Amino acid sequence: MTEMNMIQALNSALDERMNADEDIVVFGEDVGFFGGVFRVTDGLQKKHGAHRIFDAPLAEGGFAAMAFGMGINGLRPVMEIQFADYIFPAYDQIVNEMAKVRHRSGGEFTCPVTIRTPAGGGIRGGHHHSQSPEAQFTHTPGLKVVYCSTPRNAKGLLTSAIECNDPVVFFEPKRCYRGPFYGDPHNVPTWKGHEDADVPEGYYEIPLGQANMVQEGDACTVIAWGTMVHVAQQAIKDCGISCDLIDLQTLVPWDRDAVVNSVKKTGRVVVVHEAPKTSGFGAEMAASIQERCFYHLEAPIERVTGWDTPFPHTTEWDYMPSPSRIAEAIKRTQEE
Amino acid sequence: MGEQREVITADPYIVGKPPARPDGKPGFAAWTEKPSDLSRPDPATCSAPDTHDHAHGLIRVLSDAADAEGEWDPKMDDATLLEGLGYMMKLRVFDDRMIKMQRTGKLSFYMRSLGEEAIAIAQTMALKEQDWIFPTYRQPGAQFVRGRNLVSMINHCVGNIEDNVKGRQMPVHYTWKEGRFISVSSPVGTQFSQAIGVAMASAYKGLDEACITWIGDGASAEGDYHYAVNFASTFKPPVILCVVNNQWAISTHQNLATGGQNFAARGLAYDIPCLRVDGNDFLAVFAATQWARQRIDAGLGPTHMELYTYRAGPHSSSDDPSVYRHADEADYWPGGDPVERLKQHAIKKGIWSEEKHSALEKILDEEIMAAYKEAVKNGDLANGPYPPASTIFTEVYEEVPWHIQEQREELGK
Repeated sequence: MTEMNMIQALNSALDERMNADEDIVVFGEDVGFFGGVFRVTDGLQKKHGAHRIFDAPLAEGGFAAMAFGMGINGLRPVMEIQFADYIFPAYDQIVNEMAKVRHRSGGEFTCPVTIRTPAGGGIRGGHHHSQSPEAQFTHTPGLKVVYCSTPRNAKGLLTSAIECNDPVVFFEPKRCYRGPFYGDPHNVPTWKGHEDADVPEGYYEIPLGQANMVQEGDACTVIAWGTMVHVAQQAIKDCGISCDLIDLQTLVPWDRDAVVNSVKKTGRVVVVHEAPKTSGFGAEMAASIQERCFYHLEAPIERVTGWDTPFPHTTEWDYMPSPSRIAEAIKRTQEE
Repeated sequence: MGEQREVITADPYIVGKPPARPDGKPGFAAWTEKPSDLSRPDPATCSAPDTHDHAHGLIRVLSDAADAEGEWDPKMDDATLLEGLGYMMKLRVFDDRMIKMQRTGKLSFYMRSLGEEAIAIAQTMALKEQDWIFPTYRQPGAQFVRGRNLVSMINHCVGNIEDNVKGRQMPVHYTWKEGRFISVSSPVGTQFSQAIGVAMASAYKGLDEACITWIGDGASAEGDYHYAVNFASTFKPPVILCVVNNQWAISTHQNLATGGQNFAARGLAYDIPCLRVDGNDFLAVFAATQWARQRIDAGLGPTHMELYTYRAGPHSSSDDPSVYRHADEADYWPGGDPVERLKQHAIKKGIWSEEKHSALEKILDEEIMAAYKEAVKNGDLANGPYPPASTIFTEVYEEVPWHIQEQREELGK
């Protein structure tokens, strides 16, 4: 085990996989010599060569298509979209091409591409450096969708994503690259000393489709992913109500057993995400939970989410779900 | 023709590299192009093939000796020339003030135009006041030409209660419809193809309006660039398509962005006249843009041009170029500095002096400092007050729908 921040953990996963599998190639904007604007690929070009990790021309749709072509012809590309907000020029390639090629070709062609992308708010990024567009991809059959939250699961999940023979959209909460975020912009710790900053140095995988029970309780089930895992943890602490906190980790396919078993125990649910509410993945969770656990529910399922508006710049702390909003929702589930 | 393309590896495919990394020796091939090289074709009759040499050469007016020479010399009157110099100086002083304030947390982020001041300023001066400006984040200078209030610009940058963007966008993402300066969007390249539509709407309405737009060398890899050139070719709208080749897209040098070393000539294959212009030569940039506008006057539609320049500063306040390029590379760039070059020309003409230059810098600094102090009375990012939280919910749609109204009430602000 070595203490790592999320950037180092992701770098470690890429390095370990590139050592193990020569078919892995990595590309995106500024990922080569520079090592990425967030430094996730720092040092990897020097180690693995410019033909294996290089800067792509600045064209997300172009290099997603290139990834598709490499993927169907036996390589295992890992591409970086510099900010999730900039994934949309690649949307057609991801949604219509990567996601469907296995099905459309009768299983003859597969596309084992991993699309890494920093997502989410909390860095004063305004409209176009803050969005969390996971639901735009969970709504696409054929894609797996992953959202890490700590250095440890970043490494374990990225390893599994790269090994996966299906295309995976892998969201990294950029707010948590250098430390967990508990909802207070004036008090921002690093990962130092955090138990989830202990990351195995060698091969380490966390299976896709498996949630992480961050803490256990009996009064309410709180479901979150990305930065919101930490904000929800703070909220649970603040309100003093005993909660299961489930870090979903993989959104498609999500961990049915972990969620259903918890809800059958607590009978109350709060789903938290940064993305807007309407058609957000929280809606999918709420619908699925009522289908499977209706007679166990003691209160309406609560959603605490970003608003149905663009992500603001100066007022971002009024946009992102806060510990107090989440705590209020948990309390509402306890009302008789 | 630009620099020889360098590569890290040609095996198994080519991966480019810049001329020098931090530990290398920076250098550029000396410029052989002279102001006398290129004729100035009649804009009212010129076809795309007539611009073959202009797409492959380099349109210059200011010689190495700081004289204005050649057919492209716009013979600018002294007052206009000094006005242009003043705008460039003002932008530079403005940028310096903003970057200092960014370091103190009064702005979240900033992007300077350092070394590229001539482009938007000379080009906007060459256009008509009703023409549309469709900028990237590196053309804020157009607003000085059109007379935008400095306090208003700073209100936006510091995100205070008077920000006309209402705190919604990052700094430098100006919008100013009164000055026909269209809202800046972070996703690179989108404006380039949208400008075709702006120009077509002007044509549809029968108005004497043009639209000028820009894209970086890096972003010219985006589909939007290629859509724009093809649509401009197809519909021949009154648009001026400018590739600002400042050679660096964050850490990505143009050698990694394309196999070709010429952005200008791309338009020839689409039957659009193309010019390659010394982007640090205020007079050449003005003349080329004036020529493009005259083609529009003649009903001939688009011009495609490359403005060859150098990003003398970091990409943004979040960037540290010393990690990926030689720290002194800017000093080796043969294109010089646009402010310095025009200043030397003005001095040589006998209409300017070092003393006048310093005096103007001081006046501009005072003017901008005064505007800054005025603006921060309305708040700043470090201390607020910010635009009210209600601005999150308004102007998402024309009217606030019930579900957003409910969410606003839930926030309770």
